[in-house]
Amino acid sequence: MFIKEYISDIYHAVKSLLTGMKTTGGYFIRPGEIITQQYPENRADLNLSERFRGEVVMIHDENNEHACTGCTACELACPNATIKIITKFDVSPDGKKKKALDTFVYHLELCTMCNLCVEACPTDAIKMAQNFEHSVYDRSKLTKKLNQPGSKIREGVE
Amino acid sequence: MFSLEGLTNSLQQWLNAHFSSTWVLVIESLLVILLAITLFAILGLVLVLMERKVAAHMQIRLGPNRVGPMGMFQTTADTLKLIMKEGLTPDGADKFLFNLAPFVVMIVAMLLLAPIPFAQNFQIWDINIGVLFVSAVSSISVIGILMAGWASNNKYSLLGAMRSGAQIVSYELSAGLSIITIVVLTGSLQLSDIVSSQQNGWWIFKGHIPAFIAFVIFIIAVTAETNRAPFDMAEAESELTAGFHTEYSGMKFALFFLAEYINIFIVCAIGATLFLGGWMPLHIGNLEGFNHIMDYIPSSVWFFGKVFFLIFLIMWFRWTFPRLRIDQLLNLEWKYLLPISMLNLLLVTIMAIMGWHF
Repeated sequence: MFIKEYISDIYHAVKSLLTGMKTTGGYFIRPGEIITQQYPENRADLNLSERFRGEVVMIHDENNEHACTGCTACELACPNATIKIITKFDVSPDGKKKKALDTFVYHLELCTMCNLCVEACPTDAIKMAQNFEHSVYDRSKLTKKLNQPGSKIREGVE
Repeated sequence: MFSLEGLTNSLQQWLNAHFSSTWVLVIESLLVILLAITLFAILGLVLVLMERKVAAHMQIRLGPNRVGPMGMFQTTADTLKLIMKEGLTPDGADKFLFNLAPFVVMIVAMLLLAPIPFAQNFQIWDINIGVLFVSAVSSISVIGILMAGWASNNKYSLLGAMRSGAQIVSYELSAGLSIITIVVLTGSLQLSDIVSSQQNGWWIFKGHIPAFIAFVIFIIAVTAETNRAPFDMAEAESELTAGFHTEYSGMKFALFFLAEYINIFIVCAIGATLFLGGWMPLHIGNLEGFNHIMDYIPSSVWFFGKVFFLIFLIMWFRWTFPRLRIDQLLNLEWKYLLPISMLNLLLVTIMAIMGWHF
């Protein structure tokens, strides 16, 4: 019995090792499957994964309107104080005061791209963009204002 | 037709015509030294690049591709960087042994070059106990490694060196036994005899299945002897930082690195000589036309082709197999490889006595 087990051990070991060698050998003779991207050369047609997260941006439509109500859910969700929402009070024509977004401050230098702010947003006002070329010569340039100048909240978003 | 034999013969004649016999010997020795060092340097550069390229392609990557065309000068650039770096000696180290160790490892690799037949009649030293010389000298390299580990005055280095000692002493047995199977078939310890006995077919084909088993065991054992993954217990990057060469830097580190690759080349050259016919061209039975075409390929090309095939094989399984733990490593040797190779040797002996091989 022992001899039988011994031989079957060797047989299975050799078989599984050969299976592994077949896989790697297959990759070796099929260079077409190489997934390395030659970055600076292929800048024009980068092939990024759909889920790649580069930075937070605010979605603006063609009328320069966004969907941010200034509720600060993203600010509360952020684990390392990357987002700071500054709100103001808009006065509607009929004299009612309404809270609205003044400045969406985003500290890129603190952001870990964890996506929690995007998930927290009740109105889908922000999303993750794929841009990853963030290097600048001055740290202050990394502090960004996400809402475009002159933009306002879209009608009907509460 | 190009042949290294003609080159050496004409050089010998020219030297004999112009110098006295003593000077001929001195000049020839110097030339051999120069050639050996050149071969070492070139092999180091080529093999490191080959390893990185092969590894990359097996992991669906590209590998070095920025320095020079296809990244061909990457290793040259790395070597230049290592030469520029400081060769640091730690304060608590045994300075003499610490600085001696890389050279011991290197000199062992150089000594092993002597009996290898690179081409037809192109051999530094054709001693009649070539196989014994190789297996004896190759075990000196463990002294260099132990020396490095001890002299570094570092727990990781010492652990790595002790592991390497256990490993090399164990795996030498099965490497030796699989070499002996070929010696049994050939009846000679001289490497040139072993090559010429493969005139009508390589031993891996002539020796049936036992020769193939011996070949597989030889490849496994020499991989362990050269301390390469999956048997890299001496280096063990994941648990011992870099094992026996943790404290080495600059050119002294590069010598260890180079010695590893030279050792791969040498063990593959021995393997090619013993099992794959050395510089002998591939001959198939009585196919006269085919055999004639094969004879036109220079013997040095055959030799290096076979050696690089074996090196590729070793790289292939280095980048496929998972690493073994030290106890698994010794289990593999003492419970599997050694009994199998002993049984295999018995089979081969019976085969040689009865004349069952071709």
